[in-house]
Amino acid sequence: MRHTLSVMVENKPGILTRVAGLFSRRGYNIESLAVGETENPAFSRMTIVVDGDDRVIEQLTKQLHKLINVHKIQDITHEQTVKRELILFKVNSDTNTRSEIMQIVEIFRARIVDLSRNSMIVEATGDQSKLDAIETALRPYGLRELARTGLIAMVRGSK
Amino acid sequence: MEMNGAQVLLACLEANGVEVVFGYPGGAVLPIYDALRGSRLRHILVRCEQGAAHAANGYARVAGKPGVCIATSGPGATNLVTGIANAYMDSIPLVLITGQVATSLVGTDAFQEVDITGITIPITKHNYLVKDPAEIPVVVHEAFHIAATGRPGPVLIDIPRDVQEAVCPVTDLSPGVTIKGYKLTVKGHPSQIRHAVKLINAAVRPVVMVGGGVIQAQAAPELFELATRCNLPVATTLMGVGAFPETHPLALGLMGTHGTLYANRAVSQADLLIGIGVRFGDRATGDVKNFAPAAKIIHVDIDPAEIGKNANIDVPIVGDAKTVLAEINEKAAVVPREEWMAQVMAWKKAAALKYDQGRLTAPYIIEMLGDLTRDQAWVATDVGQHQLWTALFYKFVRPGSLITSGGLGCMGYGLPAANGVQVARPGDLVLLITGDGSLQMTLAELATARQERLPLKIILFNNNCLGMVRQLQHFYREERYFGVDLTGNPSFAALAGAYGLKAYRITTRQEAGPVLRAALAEPGPVLVEVVVDAADLLFPTVLNGTNLEAAVQYGGEPAKKE
Repeated sequence: MRHTLSVMVENKPGILTRVAGLFSRRGYNIESLAVGETENPAFSRMTIVVDGDDRVIEQLTKQLHKLINVHKIQDITHEQTVKRELILFKVNSDTNTRSEIMQIVEIFRARIVDLSRNSMIVEATGDQSKLDAIETALRPYGLRELARTGLIAMVRGSK
Repeated sequence: MEMNGAQVLLACLEANGVEVVFGYPGGAVLPIYDALRGSRLRHILVRCEQGAAHAANGYARVAGKPGVCIATSGPGATNLVTGIANAYMDSIPLVLITGQVATSLVGTDAFQEVDITGITIPITKHNYLVKDPAEIPVVVHEAFHIAATGRPGPVLIDIPRDVQEAVCPVTDLSPGVTIKGYKLTVKGHPSQIRHAVKLINAAVRPVVMVGGGVIQAQAAPELFELATRCNLPVATTLMGVGAFPETHPLALGLMGTHGTLYANRAVSQADLLIGIGVRFGDRATGDVKNFAPAAKIIHVDIDPAEIGKNANIDVPIVGDAKTVLAEINEKAAVVPREEWMAQVMAWKKAAALKYDQGRLTAPYIIEMLGDLTRDQAWVATDVGQHQLWTALFYKFVRPGSLITSGGLGCMGYGLPAANGVQVARPGDLVLLITGDGSLQMTLAELATARQERLPLKIILFNNNCLGMVRQLQHFYREERYFGVDLTGNPSFAALAGAYGLKAYRITTRQEAGPVLRAALAEPGPVLVEVVVDAADLLFPTVLNGTNLEAAVQYGGEPAKKE
C-alpha cells in the first residue's frame, strides 16, 4: 500500500542525493518526494510517498534512520493529516473549448493563471485523488505540459 | 600558534589516538604531506591507494581502533573505492582523508577532480566535504565517533586543497561530539531478552549462529560462557570464524554455502537459532526461504536495519553483543540436552571434513599451518578456494585472528591487509595465505612490506589458475573452462627474491613439514610457494538452488538427507 513518510533532515547540501540514492539502491520506488525548509532553517522536511507492504516500509525506515543527516521519520499514513499537492496544467484551448474548461476549473476550485490564443495554464491544489480527477477531466482537451510539486502533508491538531 | 587546515587535521588525528596513517601523496594533499613531515604520525607509503585502504582495514581489525588512509584527489580517491566498499561490507572502521581540488575549482571538471563524496555515499557510513577549515576539528571527531561506534564502518573526509592551506582559527582541537541524527542502542530490550532466555531454556535443538559482530564487540568470552554452560553448539559465518574455539567439541565451524555438513545439518534441523552479530547473508543461509525451516530465530545485532532484512525473526534484540550476551548469561539455565549433544557429535564424526590424503593439497598444508601456529598467528587471506579452505581447515581458536574479505569477496585484499596487521602487531607472527590470482592483484604492496621491513610469512598456493572461477565453470558450465588460465605467472621464487623475501617451494607432501617449519622460523619475510593442482575442488559446496544439507561433499557426492 501507499505510505506517506514525513522525514526531518538537516538542511545541508547533498542530503537529497543521500535519501534518493538510498531509495534507488535498495530498490524502493518513490511515487513523490517534496522537500523544503521548515520553521527551523537548519532543517528541511521531506514528504515521501512510497509504495510497499509493512515489511518494506519498516526496512526502508530503518535504512533511512542510518543516514546521519536524517533526524526524524514519521509514517503519517494512518494519521489524520492535511495533504496537499500543487499541479500546473498547460491545456489546449481555443474559442470553442475555453468556456468548457473554465467550468471544469470552477468545479474543482482551480484557477486559470495564464491564457494565450490556443492554450491556458490551470493551477490546482488538493490531495492526490482530487488532482487525478482534474487531470482526467482536462486530458481530453490535450495536455501540453503537466508539472506537479509532489505531496506535502501535516498531521492535524497540535502535536 | 597559527596552524593551517592540514596541521589542524593532523592534530585532530592525534587527538583521536591515531599513530599510523597509510597513504599515497599527490597534488591535492601536498599541504597534508608537508604537515606530516614534521608530525609524530607514522606514515606508511603504499604502492596504490587500494593497498592503503586494505592495509588500514587489516590494521583496524587487530588494533581495535579505526584505520586511517590519506589519498589525493581524483584517481587517488577512486583507487580507494574498492577498499572502502570492502570495509563497508565487513563493518570495519576506517577514516579516509582525501584531498580535493581547490573550492574555486570544485564542479569545473578540474584536473584530478572527482566527486568522491558522491561516489562513496553508498559505501560509507557517512562522508564529509569540508569547505571551511574551522569545521575540521568537529568533522574529524565526528568521523572517528561514527566510524568506531555502533556498527562500525568507513567514513570519508574530502578536504579541498585551499582548505588544507588556509590559516585556521583554532579554538578547540578536542571538541565534544554530539550528533543529533546518530543514536545507538547498546542495551537490549529487557522483555525481548526475557523472551529469548525463555526460548533458550526450552529449546531442544538449539544452535548459535555467530558472525563478525561478536568479534567486533569483543563478546567471545560471553559467547563461550553461554555456549558451554547451556550446551549450545556454535556455527559461524565467515566473518565469525574464530569467535568460538574450533577445537572445542561444541564448535561446528563454518556454516553456509561452503560450510561443514554438520554445521549445516544442525542449523537446518534446529528448533531454535540464536543469531548474534550476523546479517543472515546469502553465503551463510543459502536459499533463505529454506533456511532453518524448523527454527524460531533470535537475532541480536547492533544495527536495527539488519533485523528482519533477510530472515524472518521471532525475537529481535537490538544491542551490543557483549552487553546482551552478558544479560542472557545471567538468566539462562543450565540444560544438559543430552540427546541433541549426542546427535551433533554423531554428525561431526560422520561428516568430518575430508581431502585427498594421497598427494599435496591446500587443505593438507592449511591443517599443518593450523597445528603449527594456531595459538599465536594472525592469518590474513585473499579470496578464492584458499580462503575457504583456510576457514575450514585451519581451526581458528583466537577471536579476530582470521583477517579476510567476507562480504565483498575482494581479491587483492590479503597482502595489503597482512601489511596492516603486521604494522599493528610488529612482534607477532603474521601469515598471509593467498593464491596466485589474488596475490597478483595487489602484488606491488610487497614493496611496502619491504620498505617497512615487515616480516610477513606468505603461503602462496599456486595452481596457475583462478581455481574458484574454474570450479564455478566446473559445476555450472559443464566444465567449459575459460578465462581462468594463469600460466603466464611469473617465477614466484624470483619475484620473492626481487622484493627481498626468502623463497621456499613445496611440491610434495613429504617436503611440507620441514619446509613450513623452516620458513616459519625465519626472522625475516618469506614466501612459500605451494604447488597445487588446478583441478582440486573446494568441498563442501552447496550448489545454487539446493538447500544447505544437500551440499556436495569431498568425493563429489551430494550429502544424503538425514
